[in-house]
Amino acid sequence: MSQPHDRGGWPTEEPISQEEHVLSDWERRVDAMHNVLSEKGLRRTDEMRRAIESLDPETYEACSYYERWTAALEILLLEKGVITSDELDHKFEEVQSQVRS
Amino acid sequence: MTQYSGQPDDSTVKYQPGDTVAVRVDNPGGHFRTPRYIQGQTGRVHKLCGIFPNPESLAYGGDGQPAQPLYRVEFSQSQVWSEYAGPSSDKIYVDIYQHWLEPATAVA
Amino acid sequence: MTRLNTSSNGHGDHDHEDHPGMAHDEELGYYALRARAMEALLVEKGVCSPTEIQNMVDRVEARSPADGARVVAHAWADPEYKALLLSDPEAALAQLGYSLPETTPKLDVVENTENVHNLVVCTLCSCYPRALLGRPPDWYKSFSYRSRAVIDPRGVMREFGLDVPAEVEVRVLDSTADLRYLVLPRRPEGTEGMSEDQLAELVTRDSMIGVTEVRAPESARAG
Repeated sequence: MSQPHDRGGWPTEEPISQEEHVLSDWERRVDAMHNVLSEKGLRRTDEMRRAIESLDPETYEACSYYERWTAALEILLLEKGVITSDELDHKFEEVQSQVRS
Repeated sequence: MTQYSGQPDDSTVKYQPGDTVAVRVDNPGGHFRTPRYIQGQTGRVHKLCGIFPNPESLAYGGDGQPAQPLYRVEFSQSQVWSEYAGPSSDKIYVDIYQHWLEPATAVA
Repeated sequence: MTRLNTSSNGHGDHDHEDHPGMAHDEELGYYALRARAMEALLVEKGVCSPTEIQNMVDRVEARSPADGARVVAHAWADPEYKALLLSDPEAALAQLGYSLPETTPKLDVVENTENVHNLVVCTLCSCYPRALLGRPPDWYKSFSYRSRAVIDPRGVMREFGLDVPAEVEVRVLDSTADLRYLVLPRRPEGTEGMSEDQLAELVTRDSMIGVTEVRAPESARAG
């Protein structure tokens, strides 16, 4: 059984949607964060691919491209100890309450 | 936690353009860059792309050594896919690291 | 739809459906907020500054298919340059002022001819010659393209309006490793008198991925 990222030749007749979406600001910034961390030696492409591949198949299928990049960024930052999960949970709640108010 | 799929002993270039090679069938469990659909297939070395750190090591924080020769390997589409709809002259090229390749004899 | 969390942070059972009172789902969805929280922490810890991130956004935005088109047009206009582009892309790009990353990925240029048509895909993720084309289009990253381009390239190209004759060999390139591919499309007939700038305007992003060909302008086709 193939892993969900290993897509080549999967049986599908699904037409290829040529519709383009304009990237949101957060997507641009996630893209940029990966690049910046890469230049600082804190993240490698192969590590990022491995992190994306470690998502459970349902998440991989359900997430958009930059959602997967975000999930991978989180895995790598926690794993490398750049941030802790307590810090992230705390900051996430803070950010959530900011946007709700 | 370095994981290697094969046993890449060194970085010596073992294949030349025109050589017939078979792609190993393996599921090393970690990160690797050899798609399923091409595993077990026999193709022809088109060219050596260079020698690159092994991604199976880089993905886990390793140093990627020994670096692996990377080849662009040419396969016949109608051999790779039994249901291939196009002409038998169509090809597919996949970049494959040396430790995923084995010497083989040409398929008629 | 339930957005599943990553398993690494122990909150996989949270429900991250749209929160009531949020006006813009896309901007304020679970992952967008997660990203915002990570950025804030990186800044607080001095790992990077908001300016660095913004500068990177700008750098990435600055790259577009116009860069690739300029290279293609120059190769059409100058056979010597074309030969260099195919044999030593790095040197050829440097001549036009493009510097590729010193490490990986490397770029390779493949030429479409009367007899050969190249099509590029990345089945494992979405590797793309970003240095010359900018960010990949959504369809290139789609599951359906990644699945079908290898097994049914001719059907895929037909969806993009290109019917490659059976006598032309279709070559699919799956960029699985350290190389990225740029297709050098065929120069359309009827463009002999055009300047390089005019030629560059004809060269589309999709033709440099290989799902389409470059078409001559209406005037040239009619004449």
